[in-house]
Amino acid sequence: MATETVRRPRPKGGGAVPFATLFWRLPWLRSLLLLTPPLAWFVVIYFASLILLLITAFWTTDPFTTQIVQVWTTSNFERLINEPVYHDIVGRTVVLAALVTLTDALLAFPFAYYMARLASRRVQTLLFAAVLLPLWASYLARVYAWILILNHSGVLNWSLQSIGLPPANIGYTNVAMWVVFSYIWLPFMIIPAYSALERVPESLLEASADLGARRWRTIRDIVLPLALPGVVAGSIFTFSLTLGDFITPVLVGGAGSTFIGNVVYANIGIANNVPFAAALSTIPVAIMAVYLLIARRLGAFEAL
Amino acid sequence: MEGVWTRWMLRAWVLVILLFLFIPIFLIFLYAFNTSNIESWPIPGLTLKWFSLTFEDSEIRRALMLSLQVGFLATALALILGSLAAFAIHRMTWFGREVVSLMFILPLALPGIITGISLQAFFSFDGVHLSLWTIVVGHTTFCIVVVYNNVLARLRRTQGSLIEAAMDLGASGFQVFRDITLPLISTSVVAGAMLAFALSFDEVIVTTFTAGAQNTLPLWIFGAIRLGQRLPEVNVVVSFVILVTIIPVVIAARLTGGGGAARVPAAR
Repeated sequence: MATETVRRPRPKGGGAVPFATLFWRLPWLRSLLLLTPPLAWFVVIYFASLILLLITAFWTTDPFTTQIVQVWTTSNFERLINEPVYHDIVGRTVVLAALVTLTDALLAFPFAYYMARLASRRVQTLLFAAVLLPLWASYLARVYAWILILNHSGVLNWSLQSIGLPPANIGYTNVAMWVVFSYIWLPFMIIPAYSALERVPESLLEASADLGARRWRTIRDIVLPLALPGVVAGSIFTFSLTLGDFITPVLVGGAGSTFIGNVVYANIGIANNVPFAAALSTIPVAIMAVYLLIARRLGAFEAL
Repeated sequence: MEGVWTRWMLRAWVLVILLFLFIPIFLIFLYAFNTSNIESWPIPGLTLKWFSLTFEDSEIRRALMLSLQVGFLATALALILGSLAAFAIHRMTWFGREVVSLMFILPLALPGIITGISLQAFFSFDGVHLSLWTIVVGHTTFCIVVVYNNVLARLRRTQGSLIEAAMDLGASGFQVFRDITLPLISTSVVAGAMLAFALSFDEVIVTTFTAGAQNTLPLWIFGAIRLGQRLPEVNVVVSFVILVTIIPVVIAARLTGGGGAARVPAAR
């Protein structure tokens, strides 16, 4: 990385300098030219959209024509604060996202630990592939699989009955959402946890043992702190993806399963109140902004 | 460090998690062959009849065509933009590098609904009608990062001395690119493209907000499951989508030695 600061002496005399030489001499010019198209895409489309969303949140709609009225008002936010139903919805979404994140961390950690520290090279590769597969296998397909499992005459109840247990009717409830979200995002937690655990140097563990620490002490004081950035990196995805989902609540949730995303979706479509939907969607953005700041503090971005 | 007992406990845990991860996927494939049109367990028998029925369905074929079009176009755009960004960034040490990396991953790290509703607000504000192209714009935005990550990772491992040697030997900028840089990074570009396509082909949340009246394959699946209609065909389509997303990912993983297909921040 230090080599790029070495400048070559300028050639004597004038004349046209080939582009390659020019770019070699002025790396920032080359970078700037290359970076302009992707940067423009993000600034003109993505960031402009996000800013417009924020502005739209302060507009309102005409109650008769449902057209957007571009007048500055905080009425959308007042509605969010004054109507308790929205507190419940935001609370439910955040609590479930946190619960799913915690569940995935607990499920993933021993798995990742085995993968990183005990498995042979070959088993490690196989397990990595085994996690990649569900990581990429269609999101909708995997949610749908759980409808087949959890429905009244599905695999779960059949299995329970065949071993003499009463049926568990958790289909179309918040419990079902918790199970399905934990299932869907689990690979997003395993991979960063594994990659953090793999980087823990063996010598540290040996040193800890030599100094007389017992196994659990070593795990608590050495392994866990070093694996934390990986788990936090994974949690960004488990938390954020749950926070913004509306598909899973529609498909496996029940009457009391409305998420922030569902209200946003309803206000875009049926209710046609885009400013209110925009105001509502600033909540997950604000939560994620805080979450990303904390994650950065905990070193989660070092793996990026 | 671990005792025998702990090792066995961990092995059992790994097995349980693997079953948890794979039983649902296995079930989907099994249900695609279900003779009954009622989705209950155990299935009464196996048949292939839903496959021909599904592939003859014009609505599903239209959705498939749209998904393929969107996938190819978004992949092509992401390939160009992601590679350009990777080339721009890899020799830079300035603080902006971290900012740019964070910027590209934002559409994947922020809830998809945010990207979706923002883009919809943007299009309606600009008076753009929702069409194939608005879906492509949405997909490109979150696909750029996988190309960028893969190409950047490869460029970082590439020795700068090769390029310097070629330039010292009098190669033009274009020759250096064609004969040195391109062969070195080509597999990472292909891997990035595979992953971008897989990401696009399966996307449903952003698509919900950027598609007009037309359906991509995931939108069709979502609609059918929500209404509880035509589930035997859903079984087939969903199995098909899994295969179409997994095959490019397997190729990408092989090309990059696994790490490139990690989708989430992971050491490479």
